[in-house]
Amino acid sequence: MKPFDYVRPATVTEAVAAAAQPGAVYLAAGTNLLDLMKGGISRPDRLVDVTRLDGLDQIETLADGSLRIGALVRNADLAHDAEFARSYPAVAEALLSGASAQLRNAATVGGNLLQRTRCAYFYDTASRCNKQAPGSGCDARDGDNRSHAVLGWSESCIATHPSDFCVPLVALDAIVEIEGRGGRREVALDELHRLPGDAPERESVLEPGDLIVAVRLPPAARGFAAHARYLKVRERTSYAFAVVSAAAALRIENGRIAQARLALGGVAAKPWRARAAEDVLKGVAPTADAFQEAARRALESAKPSGDNAFKIELARRIVVRALTLAAAGTPVRIPALPASPFASTSGAVHV
Amino acid sequence: MSELNLTSAPAHLRHGSNIGQPLTRRDGILKVTGQASYAADNHPPGMLFAVMAVSSIARGRVVSLDVAAAKRHPGVIDVMTPDHKPELAIDPDLKTNPFVFRMEVLQSNDIRYANQAIAVVIAETLEAATEGAAQLAPRYEVQPALVGLDAGESFVPPVVGVGNPTESHRGDVEAGLAAADKQIDATYETPPQYHNAMEPHAIVARWEGDKLFLDTPSQAMVMARARVAELFGLAPEKIHIRSPFLGGGFGSKGFLTGPQILGVMAAKLVGRPVKLVLRREQMYGPVGHRAPTRQRLRLGADGEGRLTALDHHARTVSSTFDDFYEPAADASHTLYAAPAIRTSHDAVRVNTGTPLFMRAPGEATGSIALESAIDEMAWACGMDPLAFRLKNYAEVEPMTGRPFSSKALRACYEQGAARFGWAKRPLQPRQMRDDAGLLVGWGMGTATFPALMFQAEARAAIRRDGSGVMEIGAHDMGQGAWTALAQIAADSVGLDIDRLDFRSGTSDLPDAGIAGGSAHTATAGAAIHSAGAAVIGKLADLATSDERSPLFGAGNAGVIARDGRLIRRDDESRSESYAEILARAGVAEVEARGTGAPNPAAMEQYAMHAHGAVFAEVKVDPELGQVRLTRMIGAFAAGRIVNPRMVQSQLFGGMIWGMSFALHEAAITDRRSGRIMNANLGEYHIPVNADVPPLDVITVEEHDPHVNALGIKGVGEIGITGSAGAVANAVWHATGVRVRDFPIRIEELLT
Ligand SMILES: Cc1cc2nc3c(=O)[nH]c(=O)nc-3n(C[C@H](O)[C@H](O)[C@H](O)COP(=O)(O)OP(=O)(O)OC[C@H]3O[C@@H](n4cnc5c(N)ncnc54)[C@H](O)[C@@H]3O)c2cc1C
Ligand code: SF4
Repeated sequence: MKPFDYVRPATVTEAVAAAAQPGAVYLAAGTNLLDLMKGGISRPDRLVDVTRLDGLDQIETLADGSLRIGALVRNADLAHDAEFARSYPAVAEALLSGASAQLRNAATVGGNLLQRTRCAYFYDTASRCNKQAPGSGCDARDGDNRSHAVLGWSESCIATHPSDFCVPLVALDAIVEIEGRGGRREVALDELHRLPGDAPERESVLEPGDLIVAVRLPPAARGFAAHARYLKVRERTSYAFAVVSAAAALRIENGRIAQARLALGGVAAKPWRARAAEDVLKGVAPTADAFQEAARRALESAKPSGDNAFKIELARRIVVRALTLAAAGTPVRIPALPASPFASTSGAVHV
Repeated sequence: MSELNLTSAPAHLRHGSNIGQPLTRRDGILKVTGQASYAADNHPPGMLFAVMAVSSIARGRVVSLDVAAAKRHPGVIDVMTPDHKPELAIDPDLKTNPFVFRMEVLQSNDIRYANQAIAVVIAETLEAATEGAAQLAPRYEVQPALVGLDAGESFVPPVVGVGNPTESHRGDVEAGLAAADKQIDATYETPPQYHNAMEPHAIVARWEGDKLFLDTPSQAMVMARARVAELFGLAPEKIHIRSPFLGGGFGSKGFLTGPQILGVMAAKLVGRPVKLVLRREQMYGPVGHRAPTRQRLRLGADGEGRLTALDHHARTVSSTFDDFYEPAADASHTLYAAPAIRTSHDAVRVNTGTPLFMRAPGEATGSIALESAIDEMAWACGMDPLAFRLKNYAEVEPMTGRPFSSKALRACYEQGAARFGWAKRPLQPRQMRDDAGLLVGWGMGTATFPALMFQAEARAAIRRDGSGVMEIGAHDMGQGAWTALAQIAADSVGLDIDRLDFRSGTSDLPDAGIAGGSAHTATAGAAIHSAGAAVIGKLADLATSDERSPLFGAGNAGVIARDGRLIRRDDESRSESYAEILARAGVAEVEARGTGAPNPAAMEQYAMHAHGAVFAEVKVDPELGQVRLTRMIGAFAAGRIVNPRMVQSQLFGGMIWGMSFALHEAAITDRRSGRIMNANLGEYHIPVNADVPPLDVITVEEHDPHVNALGIKGVGEIGITGSAGAVANAVWHATGVRVRDFPIRIEELLT
């Protein structure tokens, strides 16, 4: 491994100062970063370990009814927080459908948001990758790309963002709190990740030194608790990234959808909010036809980036199913196989 | 001698026979407490770390390496390259016998496949060696890589597998097809797969003058020792290998690999002990794999569902520099009674590490295609797949006409089907749904694997205190050799297992042969059995020829050994303990050797195979295409079961692998570069706990008087055969979609 400095700042301000130096990166649980370092894909000069910073591991309800989740809260702790799971069931379900129990026990909220793509060519130092070396080309374009993006991709990059957690978060209008050299600021999660355009190496709007300190769910996010699901199709029952996933959340009043939220995962370089689909659902009854129409709208601009046209049809079907499940109501307990098409089958004990 | 101290009493101890008892693993406590040392756990004083730099191109040449940069890195001691390395005694590309495979040990700058070693960096720490390797920044002269089943001109290899004929036939296949009422002509593809043993290949090498001490996992220590001996010009006795535990092998540790030899070379170069452990991704290249196949099956059946012909052709690949051909089509030799059968193979060469033996080589790949085709034919004939298989049940081995030494397959079908509830299966696909609306499908497959034997030797002794010793350099890959072989050993000397010192796992013990071909228990067991019988014979000689013994005059044939005593067969009241016999004779111990080997006469006369029937249930989401196995039952007949617990685990493991074959496993090779793009356990999918439903194994009684003295057939590999096809057939039955490209992917089921 390339030798690197390791610093453990005592305060957020110190952390930001340390990480603003060229070659510095934040280290949270390291479940993604250390793999990248071992593979030679990331070769930082300095690791700024944020895991000992005080006060970033809290889950708090604010006076206005928002929920504030510290950036260091572990994925498992958040998912298993009973109050959290009751209020934001699709988020808890998404978290529990990700990675493995061991990884979830370690992984942090901030790290999950900023995890890198799983594009195999990105992980292979011998491949051409515009994210690794801007302008060098993209070996995924003509390579093995059945799991790549169908929305928002560009000629320069067709990678997807792999997070499950981000999908319901973006549907629920989550806000990211950032501490940077210029102080505190906020961006909508929907604005955090950038689409590749011609600069895929710029994955987010963060500037050097920017530290995610918290993620906030606005008060309205609680309003969907009765009808919220996450659905994730994957190639084995657990411990696999989504082929395609969707978070659906509905507010149903008098048999009609007062408000709908829908986002897709595994389809683009960011968690993909489907606002056009949400619009068609507003004010209508939760019927199969309405869901079909929403699915059509959600994927209207989709196009294959390679050998992955099937993902478009699959995404439509997942949207319909996720909406159907959400309309049927949030289950009292998160299924033993969270977010799985097999969630309803009994007898499962492992995830 | 083994330095291993196994835990005392295994559970379920019972007096009398040790064989047949479901003893728990005797090394279990060592393992769960972390005391079982695997090769890489050894850290002799002064040890350095070696890390391989590997090629990122699949074909071409290394034109430069920045050795100076690597050496400048703090902690780096030396960099071994084709220009700077200890000389070997022979060319590593020389095939000194058919069981020698070529390896890459820096003999040149040529690149044969991605992940081939191009240099070895030796340093004080693993981190320094790793960074040193990264600093080498190789430059290459790249040539276009040969990738895939259509790379280049195909050719007919001289042999497939281990010396099997490339083509075999019986009867007139074309006539059989022409006369058929129903025909199936279907092509199936299976991907490259990698063994992915939990324990990566590792070696700790230490030279002491001209003596060499190696800790390295091996499925065949004496063969490994011979290979090291010839490569380094040493007498085999100078080499000591310890391999008490393997974290899985599945065939990939059957032959010493290039990286292991590089570890020995590195230790020689720097004059200090060296440890070299492969990174997970480095195991995708130099340690063998299961070759991809494309198999065309043509079947004909008459109006009553009787096969008239079976034609099985397999295309496979080998490396550009060595020969191993997955004998996939040979799976059609033994199972179904077609009057005309033809099997054939051809191959192309690709830039890959040489494919090698991987759990059920040939049988696994061939079985999923054959069992799918049989299922397709049953459907074409409008018959239940079990009824169709029974209709075509082979009473003699179809390809050779030889009778089976034993074959309880009918009982496997019956018992498996009954336990599964197969009789309720609708003939048509896409008929069953569960409460949640998921499609449900049932499929089956027939399992088969030859009952092989190799050569082995064992040494037995009875000591003054009446306890026994059995020595054999056997290999425990996790399958339970420490336990099952000790059970055979204890019975062979008429002792309870806790009165027996079972020594194993090092190369200075008698040669146990190879732990492969599902033959280890049978072969090592036979050697143990005969060594035990021989030492008891000597003990009996002492007793029966001594007038002071109550056994005087009983003669060898007249005594039996039980519970540490020799007992007169015709008068059980007359007996004497081993300790008494030895004390009176004034000898410290008696010892004897025994061997195990196949019986050529019996093999000439009989076809010897284990059999089984596997039944699987899958559920498939009708719109989303995700598949999940929900039930699997396997009934197997494999001769005598030495330890039912270990056997069940072997069969479970095989069945899970079969499911993995059908639904998950594939190495993804970039078609341009020849690099494997998912060389890690995150993306090379194998089943996780949530994929594996409760499994059920039935071991069907089978007595085989011909395979060997103990009647053991072996269970290491058969579990994967039949299972893969059963799962694939269940997916068809659930969905009505026949997928012939494995593993079955979601997109194929999005109808
Ligand atoms: C085998 C495997 C399977 C997985 N499967 C899934 C899956 O199915 N679904 C899924 O969603 N995820 C999956 N993951 C990814 C996993 O969720 C992420 O690795 C994890 O969430 C990252 O969190 P971390 O705390 O370990 O981050 P780290 O690895 O420490 O950091 C990740 C990145 O975020 C940056 N960073 C971390 N914290 C901050 C912060 N507060 N402010 C600014 N930058 C920060 C780091 O600099 C780094 O670039 C899988 C991972 C593995 C290894
Ligand atoms: S898709 Fe993006 S991440 Fe993948 S190789 Fe191309 S540029 Fe790199």
